[in-house]
Amino acid sequence: MSPDPNFETFDAEAVNAKHNRELYAARQKIHPKRASGSFRSLKWVIMAITLGIYYITPWLRWDRGEFAPDQAVLIDMASRRFYFFFIDIWPHEFFFVAGLLVMAGIGLFLVTSTVGRAWCGYTCPQTVWVDLFLVVERFFEGDRNARIKLDAAPWAATKLIKRTSKHVAWLLISLATGGAWIFYFADAPTLLKDFVTGNAAFVAYATVGVLTATTYVFGGLMREQVCTYMCPWPRIQAAMLDEHSLTVTYNDWRGEPRTRHAKKAIAAGEVVGDCVDCNACVAVCPMGIDIRDGQQLECITCALCIDACDGVMSKLGREKGLISYSTLFTYNQNMAIATANGSGSAIQPELVRPQGRLAAGVQHFNWRNVIRTRTLIYTAIYGLIGIGLLLALFMRSSLDVNVLHDRNPQFVQLSDGSIRNGYQIKILNMRTEPRSFRIALDGLQGATLKLEGSDLGQGEGQILDVKANQLRNVRAFVTLAKDAIAAKTSDFTIRIVDTASADTVTANVRFEAPSGTGQ
Amino acid sequence: MAKNEIDDFTGVETTGHEWDGIKELNNPLPRWWLWTFYACIIWSIGYVIYYPAIPLLEGSTMGISGVTNRSLLQAELTKADAAKAGLLSRIESTSLEEIRTTDELFRFAVAGGSSLYKVNCSQCHGSGAQGAPGYPNLNDDDWLWGGDLESLYTTIKHGVRNTDDDDARTSQMPAFGDDVLEQSQIADVTQYVLQLSSQEHDATAAKSGAAIYAENCAVCHGDDGKGGREFGAPNLADALSLYGNTADLIAAQIAKPKHGVMPAWGLKLNEADVKQLTVYVHSLGGGEQAATQ
Repeated sequence: MSPDPNFETFDAEAVNAKHNRELYAARQKIHPKRASGSFRSLKWVIMAITLGIYYITPWLRWDRGEFAPDQAVLIDMASRRFYFFFIDIWPHEFFFVAGLLVMAGIGLFLVTSTVGRAWCGYTCPQTVWVDLFLVVERFFEGDRNARIKLDAAPWAATKLIKRTSKHVAWLLISLATGGAWIFYFADAPTLLKDFVTGNAAFVAYATVGVLTATTYVFGGLMREQVCTYMCPWPRIQAAMLDEHSLTVTYNDWRGEPRTRHAKKAIAAGEVVGDCVDCNACVAVCPMGIDIRDGQQLECITCALCIDACDGVMSKLGREKGLISYSTLFTYNQNMAIATANGSGSAIQPELVRPQGRLAAGVQHFNWRNVIRTRTLIYTAIYGLIGIGLLLALFMRSSLDVNVLHDRNPQFVQLSDGSIRNGYQIKILNMRTEPRSFRIALDGLQGATLKLEGSDLGQGEGQILDVKANQLRNVRAFVTLAKDAIAAKTSDFTIRIVDTASADTVTANVRFEAPSGTGQ
Repeated sequence: MAKNEIDDFTGVETTGHEWDGIKELNNPLPRWWLWTFYACIIWSIGYVIYYPAIPLLEGSTMGISGVTNRSLLQAELTKADAAKAGLLSRIESTSLEEIRTTDELFRFAVAGGSSLYKVNCSQCHGSGAQGAPGYPNLNDDDWLWGGDLESLYTTIKHGVRNTDDDDARTSQMPAFGDDVLEQSQIADVTQYVLQLSSQEHDATAAKSGAAIYAENCAVCHGDDGKGGREFGAPNLADALSLYGNTADLIAAQIAKPKHGVMPAWGLKLNEADVKQLTVYVHSLGGGEQAATQ
């Protein structure tokens, strides 16, 4: 059936191509054919890594001693901590998370301006899970042609079995996906046991239920529609691409005019491009588009059409790269060659590939094009935020102190005429071990400090124990004898010293006395 | 009904609406939108049946669930009460000193006492417990009836000079201005009281005042003027006085003493609440250890 026995042609229709897509029409199912080639291999590797990270991370252990959980990555909502290996983030350090999100944003700018929509094509969870679901679909129902046939077949036992097995497998994967999510929020082994025995919190089951449903619906049923209709990112990315950003490009400067009957056409003296119109690129496309229509919103740049086309070109003994990663800039240069600088209106493939080989003047993507003002600025911002966060991380104290002067009343006169001020001291012990602190005051002549609290001994009243990873709130009373009061307000410092490590934090506070005292 | 005209350019039927020559096309709604719309309608039927929904002239339909904002609030409050019940019963059965030295109970009692204080006590003693003339400051270390836990507990539970509780603390200072002391004698005693509290005074007047004091006042306020907590006699020898420590105010208090009244909170609050208030007031800074310990 092929006009040329060297390659197979496909009766594939790009259902999402603009001219084929009627508004208000129901979705037409896409049956992507399995591709093979270097990009497909890269995508298998990335899929294995990303899924691996997602499923395995909650099970990694990290020893933090007896007072903190030993899960390497844990978002502990109840006690408001985020553990990430050697880092534990407290709520007041949420700026680290905000900083990481800003970095992720800038990182996407950087990636998009250089390698285009690589996020969409390789690492977006939607892409990865759809890829995984397609593997399952192919396993139960066969490749493209078998699936098309099965779709058209009447409902018989085999069809029912195939379909049921596929959906059951999808649901199991979805369940595992939703299931893995909750392990980030509690001790994974305990939660798994509780979950299976029905003892986990309702929110765990609800979360798994919702995520199972979204994974199944998005990955199995909706697929490319999520990218095309629901996701804002394609629209934003389209605005961030420039003429030096990599996109998957059909090089029509060597492909056109396309024909399936090259020999006949050449014999007839017609101009013939490299494209044999086999539709292999359309058949493998998971988005249902024809890359030969040019860059379009639906294209996630997964590069499977490159693999498909390269396979055909190799079989035909032609140079690869009829569809390739290319920039608009190199594309325009090559197009100029093919059209003799625009003097000839039609593409003349011989100009770019005399004797079947690409001409010396043909431009290929050069990695040096990645370095340009725009990407340097992105890199600089990315780097600065990263360095700032690292500095903040290494300079952060494991002890935070907050001292608040009583406002009501500001001071209390005691029976011997001395004046007492009250302070609320908050000590945040951010270490995973209990610590004791000595609390003393500096710079207030004649003042004494006493802590109020249940288990504070009278004699050693200035020593305060704070549990591991905890906040301790205590009231302190500072009393100044009548004769020692020098002014209505006097500034002094409260010093908090770790009795073991001598780590010291000071807080500047004020002592208030009634007006008319002192002076 | 006549069929609407078909737009030439798009081949789509128009709605028949026209404004300034612009016709509205009757494009179908997106399918996902339409299905969401239908789903919402179906959802709303169930919602109207289950929840209070349709406003009537008075009130609204109640729905089969009977859920209202009021019942939701009540449920929240019941839940909060249930969460506190364990600690409250422990506080009720634990001695005051043990509450003070048990970290968990202490923090709970201070927090609970603080909010009970705001509701019940702040009207007289002030929002910061700083008091006012006639209303004792609870932050300081000057106590009329004692500042240890048991004394505070008794004062709060039974109150002072009220008629509702037979165990209320009571003390009465005679009005020395009513034919007991002459004006000049009151003035002399006033000078002596100023001397007791180490303030500026007229030494000669104070000297004659001392004799009058010994005869009339020392019985309750003590020879050294330090008062007596057993019968609520204020300490005159310190820097603090309930009704003010200027000569005029002291004289007025000798001539025609004012007496404050405090309700018996034991009649209104339960045991756990009184205990929480006790621990809270004790923690304000003037709390004392019991003398026997």
